[in-house]
Amino acid sequence: MRLLRAILLRLATSAVTLAGVAVIVFVVIRVVPGDPVSMMLPPGATDDDIARLRAFYGLDRSIPAQFLIWAGGVLQGDFGTSITNRQPVLDLVLGRLPATLELSVLALGLAVLMGGVAALTGTRLRGTRTEAAIDVANGMALSVPDFLWGLVLVLLFGVIFPVFNISGRVTPSLDLPFTTNFYLLESILRLRPDLVADLLSHMILPALALAIPLAAIIGQLLKQSLKETMHLDYVTLARTRGYGENHVILREALPNAILPTLTLVGVQFTFLIGGTVIIERLFSYEGLGNLAIDAVINRDLPLIQGIVILFAVIFTAVNLIVDLACVALNPRLRHG
Amino acid sequence: MQMNRRTILKLSAATAALGAAGLPALGEGIDELVIAYNVNLPSWDPTVGASAVNPTIQGIYQSVFDQFILQQPDLKPAPGLITEWGWNEDRTRVFLKVREGVKWHDGSPFTAEDVAWSLARAADEKTGNPIQFIWSTLGNFQVEGNTVTADVLRFEPTIFKWMYFLTGYVLPRAYYEKVGPEGFEAAPVGTGPYMVDKFERNAFVRLKANPDYWGGKPEFGTVTIKFVPDAAARVAEVESGNSHVTLEMPYEEYDRLKAAGLSGVAHPISDIGMIFLNDVDPMLDPNVRKAAVAAIDKQAIINRLLSGYGVAIDTLETPEYDAYDPSIRTPYDEAKARELLAASGYGPDNPVRFKIQTTKGFKPKDYEMIQAIVGLWRKVGIEAEIEVYEIAKHYELRAADTLAPAAFYNWGNSVGDPTTSTGFAMFGPSPHSVWDSEDLVNMIAPLWGEPDEAKRIAGWKAVDAYIAENAYVIPLLQYVQPILSAPGVVVTPHASGALLPHLMKRA
Repeated sequence: MRLLRAILLRLATSAVTLAGVAVIVFVVIRVVPGDPVSMMLPPGATDDDIARLRAFYGLDRSIPAQFLIWAGGVLQGDFGTSITNRQPVLDLVLGRLPATLELSVLALGLAVLMGGVAALTGTRLRGTRTEAAIDVANGMALSVPDFLWGLVLVLLFGVIFPVFNISGRVTPSLDLPFTTNFYLLESILRLRPDLVADLLSHMILPALALAIPLAAIIGQLLKQSLKETMHLDYVTLARTRGYGENHVILREALPNAILPTLTLVGVQFTFLIGGTVIIERLFSYEGLGNLAIDAVINRDLPLIQGIVILFAVIFTAVNLIVDLACVALNPRLRHG
Repeated sequence: MQMNRRTILKLSAATAALGAAGLPALGEGIDELVIAYNVNLPSWDPTVGASAVNPTIQGIYQSVFDQFILQQPDLKPAPGLITEWGWNEDRTRVFLKVREGVKWHDGSPFTAEDVAWSLARAADEKTGNPIQFIWSTLGNFQVEGNTVTADVLRFEPTIFKWMYFLTGYVLPRAYYEKVGPEGFEAAPVGTGPYMVDKFERNAFVRLKANPDYWGGKPEFGTVTIKFVPDAAARVAEVESGNSHVTLEMPYEEYDRLKAAGLSGVAHPISDIGMIFLNDVDPMLDPNVRKAAVAAIDKQAIINRLLSGYGVAIDTLETPEYDAYDPSIRTPYDEAKARELLAASGYGPDNPVRFKIQTTKGFKPKDYEMIQAIVGLWRKVGIEAEIEVYEIAKHYELRAADTLAPAAFYNWGNSVGDPTTSTGFAMFGPSPHSVWDSEDLVNMIAPLWGEPDEAKRIAGWKAVDAYIAENAYVIPLLQYVQPILSAPGVVVTPHASGALLPHLMKRA
């Protein structure tokens, strides 16, 4: 009952957050310099031409009036039409979301794998040169931003040793049998290893660029948590009962040490999705981030609003899921 | 040392030379030409929305659609879908003779009805064509055989030039009316050299050669245009052999990759860099304006910042434009600049101060050029404070006539007519002009409707000379577009800046 009440409370606060985000983004993008109509009109246009086109796109009304029209549409599932793409915003955003989600999930998986292995290896070999080397590598991974990792990876595996694709999501000449935009997931389900390989060849470098800094954070935090847990009495007891070091780390210490990392992974996943904006641009990956940059450059107001709202929905949803996962994994939270 | 993408790429130059071993194959081995393009294609309708007036996208549009009149690589018009055109004697009607035997990509015949419908649609304000104010100068379209005629509702001397400029495309009436705007976006049909085979928004478009193209089947049967907006990524694309052709990269990268074995062509295009001067203090002082012009060594800036890729200009007309006059000169003269400023009581110890606005990274070395100009100005007694802004803010400030006393901008004019360069940039009543003095307005006003072409062009040359003499604007340079291609692919550059696959051949 308590859990249900907590979920309902979180849903209610999430709705308020989303409404706040909607108002802020709507007002801000209309107040900052850069009018889509002035971007669109060639110099020969007169004031009347500008007014005509502003009316055509509904920008001649007051901001509150525009907001009410837009909000009314959103409540009915209509996010408006993109000025530059001339397509419904919802179709565009939902069409690109799967690409970004697949990239983010792959990046998260790689980050957890790399960070987890680094933390466990560092803990297992604590006090040795290997631990020191892992710490140095962690520091390097953290201090270089993701877009720079992207450039390094492009240079290494795209130019010098051209083993991976460096732009796009899939090879243009391939015939794609997909019915959804979850290409990777669908190609796995359709048992098409050729398509899986092609998709991974396009996704691996941007995913790695996103994953490396996150892996360093995960590695550091998990290793620190493991170190603290390894000094607790129950771990010492496990050792005295004759369990080997690997068993102690993996079966006794890790389940307790992983909770703060799990929370962090949830929070960082939202930042990871945000980070795709630059990485998708660098790798010409057809996701939401690439769409967002074009929308901002072209002052495509309806599209910017749609993308920001979707990002906000993802952020609140991920935070909600992380909170629920923590409750589910922690008996003290679960039973109040 | 500041580390950025360009620095990283420079640092990698030595190691990247290793990649030369993997350079792309010679032209005869290329079945599918891959182009790394510098912009995304948001929409397939070339007559509506923001992408319709984006000069960079025109190369993709012109691969699929034909314009009313063909524009050759030197910007001059040539018979296209319209083979003959002109006014009647008293310039109250126009006629357009339509090419026969042309087919749309869906196999249906192209007719004069399509031309009339396309023009009427462009003139209809309900369609949202951004150039509607030009197209609406014609009306009452009539079709007789393969000839379209129309009434001149308002005389516009450049109307036929707009037929190979922004939004001047012919669309298929029957198909468009059958499928509607959404259907057309999903499956565009044109008469151009290539047909759309596959389109992934934000990713690529795959084109198949049009076997029935009236201008002859293109050399490459399949062309894939990848959208790669990041310059470093485009360089990597062509360097790794993933793409055969790319454009618009830093000139240092262009030189490096040419030296490494790629083919390259760097050709002047119709884009220019300029500094708008606003008619506010201290620019109301002619000595300050003239000194600001005389103190800039344009050629040195081009040589040092743009690796020599640029053409210094003295008016808003480039050598390809109709009203270009090589006799109008505003030479670099530091001593004269000092003298002019001294006459107004200014000097290095008592500089005139104003703000100059510029974009940073919107055009090659834009901010660096302004930094260099500010340095040159400082030497003679001008202290300019740089303000960086986004291009969107420039448009807004320019429309409101609230730009700083000096503001850097780039101007594109791919039809090369003086109205679309000097005219729109310098005519006071236009919301897009910056210098609004009465003398210039009076000089330009009669030229808008001048029916005598020779007199019209001579008039614009006189306006350019007057502007140069009074330093109402600071023209800087004509940009040069760098294009890299795999050995064996020959690219014919187009002075409009459009990269056209059907002009690419095997060596």
